[in-house]
Amino acid sequence: MYFPHTDADRDAMLQTIGVERLEDLFKDVPARHRFPDLNLPPALTEMEVSAEMQDLAWANDTAREMVCFLGAGAYNHYVPAAVDSILRRGEFYTAYTPYQPEISQGTLQAIFEYQSMIAGLTGMDVSNASHYDGATAVAEAVNMAYHTFRGKRPRVILSPAVHPHYRETVRTYTRGSDVTLLGDEPGSDLSGGPEALENLLDEKTALVVVQYPDFFGRIYDFTHLANTIHEAGALLAVSANPLALGLLKPPGEFGADIVTGEGQPLGIPLSYGGPYLGIFATREQYVRKMAGRLVGETVDNRGQRAYVLTLTAREQHIRREKATSNICTNQGLMMLASTVYLSLVGRHGLRQVAELCYHKAHYAAKSIVKLPGHSLWSTTPFFNEFVIHCPAPIEDINEHLMEHNILGGYDLGQDYPDLENHMLIAVTEMNSKDDIDTLAEVLAEVKHG
Amino acid sequence: MNIPPNLKYTENDEWIRVEGNTGTIGITDYAQDQLSDVVYVEAIAEEGEELEQGDICATVESVKAASDVYMPVSGKIVAINDDLPDTPELVNTDPYGEAWMVQVELSDPDELDSLLDAEAYEKYCEERQE
Repeated sequence: MYFPHTDADRDAMLQTIGVERLEDLFKDVPARHRFPDLNLPPALTEMEVSAEMQDLAWANDTAREMVCFLGAGAYNHYVPAAVDSILRRGEFYTAYTPYQPEISQGTLQAIFEYQSMIAGLTGMDVSNASHYDGATAVAEAVNMAYHTFRGKRPRVILSPAVHPHYRETVRTYTRGSDVTLLGDEPGSDLSGGPEALENLLDEKTALVVVQYPDFFGRIYDFTHLANTIHEAGALLAVSANPLALGLLKPPGEFGADIVTGEGQPLGIPLSYGGPYLGIFATREQYVRKMAGRLVGETVDNRGQRAYVLTLTAREQHIRREKATSNICTNQGLMMLASTVYLSLVGRHGLRQVAELCYHKAHYAAKSIVKLPGHSLWSTTPFFNEFVIHCPAPIEDINEHLMEHNILGGYDLGQDYPDLENHMLIAVTEMNSKDDIDTLAEVLAEVKHG
Repeated sequence: MNIPPNLKYTENDEWIRVEGNTGTIGITDYAQDQLSDVVYVEAIAEEGEELEQGDICATVESVKAASDVYMPVSGKIVAINDDLPDTPELVNTDPYGEAWMVQVELSDPDELDSLLDAEAYEKYCEERQE
C-alpha cells in the first residue's frame, strides 16, 4: 500500500503551522457537518453489487435497442468494430500526455494524423489535439478571439442557431470576464439567415460564432457574412458537424478563421452524452493563440521521422496566466477513435455516410410533411436534421412513439419558447427505410391537439 | 557577456538606446542567453500607441519559455521592428542591433534616471549568476 504521509510527517507539518491536531484544521466547518453520520446500508459482496448494477443497467433503453430519430448534437451512427479494438490496446488505453517523445511515438503519431485529417476536413491550416467536446471547443474559440485582440474587442456575437448547450457553455466560460455576448437573446429571429448578424458588427467585435449545419439542421452559405466580418476586422468561428463536412464545402473555403465541432459522429458511440470530442482548427496566423496540445513532425538525431509536442510555449504550463486557456487536456481516446474511424472510411466512405444521412433525412421529411397537421418549419436546405411543426405537444408525441420503440425527435420548445410543438428530427445511415416508414405511420396516429 | 556602456538597462533585462528624444528598446545579451533559442517575437504595442513605463510592449518566446518585454520608459511608439517575427534568431545573435523591438518618443526623459547604467547592470547580472 502507498502512504503519501507518515504520522511523523503529519506531526512535523502540524507543528510547523502551530496546529495541535489535524481536526483543528476543519474548525470552520460547522460541527454538525464535520463528521456526519452517513447512515449507509450494510456492505454488499462484489457479487451482490454486480447484480444490482446489472439491474440498473437493464433499466436503460439504448439507441441500439430502439429506433432512434433523436439528434440535436449527438448522433446515432455506425461505429466499425475496428475502432474499439484499436483504442482498447493497452499502449493507447493507459497512456498519459505524451511529454516524452522517446516513449510516446505511437500516441504522438495518432495525434498528428488526427490533426492532419481534421485540418483537411475543415479547410484549416492547423488543428490542435482536441478539447473536451463541441461545446468547450466553441468556448475556446471565444477565448482565443478575445486574446487575439488582447481584450480590445470584447464583444462576441453568437448566432441563436448555435446549439443552446454550446451557448450556455460559452456563458459559463466567460462569466466574470470582459467578454460581452450578444445576438442570441431570447426571442431572437430564428427564421432569417446569417445576414441578420451582420448588423450587430462593430469595431469592438472580436468574433462571430455560427453553426454549420445549424442547430436546426439548416445549411447556409456564410461567404457574405465572412466577408462582412473581415471588413469589420473581426473573426468568424464555425461550429461544424465533421460528418457533414464529408459532403459540404469546408468552412476554410468560405472564410472561417476558426472551425470547431463535435467529433462524436466520427466513430464515437452515444454513451449517454459523453465522453465526446472537441474539434478545434484554425489558420496558421493564429496558431500561437490556439489553446491545447499540438503535435508536429520532425526528424530525430539519426534522421528518422519522429513526432513531438511542438509550440509548447503557447501553453499554460509555460505562459501561465498569460496563456489563451488554462485547459490543455485533450480527449486522447476519443481523438484516437475518430482517427481510426476516418482512416477506415476514408474520403469516399465519409462522403458516402454523409450522403446516406442526407438522402434518408430528405426521404423522412418528405414522408412526414404528407401527414395531416405536419409541416416543415423551414425551406432552407438541410443536412440530416429538420424541424417539423407538429399538431400536438412534442412530449405527448414522443411518449406515443416510445410505445412503438421509437426514440422521437428533440423538443425545441425546451430552448426556444417560440418553437412550441416543433420537433427536431435526425436521420442517420442507421435508420432503414422501414424505420422511417414506421415513424411516419406512428406519427399519423397522433391526435390533433 | 556583452553589456554596451552607452545604453541604459532595467532589472527586467531590457535595454534602451537614447538618441535625441527617441529611445530604441530591446532585450539584453544576458536575457537572450537565459531564454536560449528564441523562436518567436510578437510586438504587443501598436505604432502611435502611448505606453507607460512598465507596460508590456512585446513578447519573446524561446524553446523553453515565453516572457514579456516591458517599457523602460513612457512614451509614444513610433516604430516597430517588423522583420523580427520572421527572423527571431536575431535576438540571440544581435540583441543590441538588428533585434531592436520598438522605438519610442520619450514623454518623460527624467525616467531615464531610474534605469541602471552598464556598470550597475553588469553587477546586477553577476549577482544573479552566483
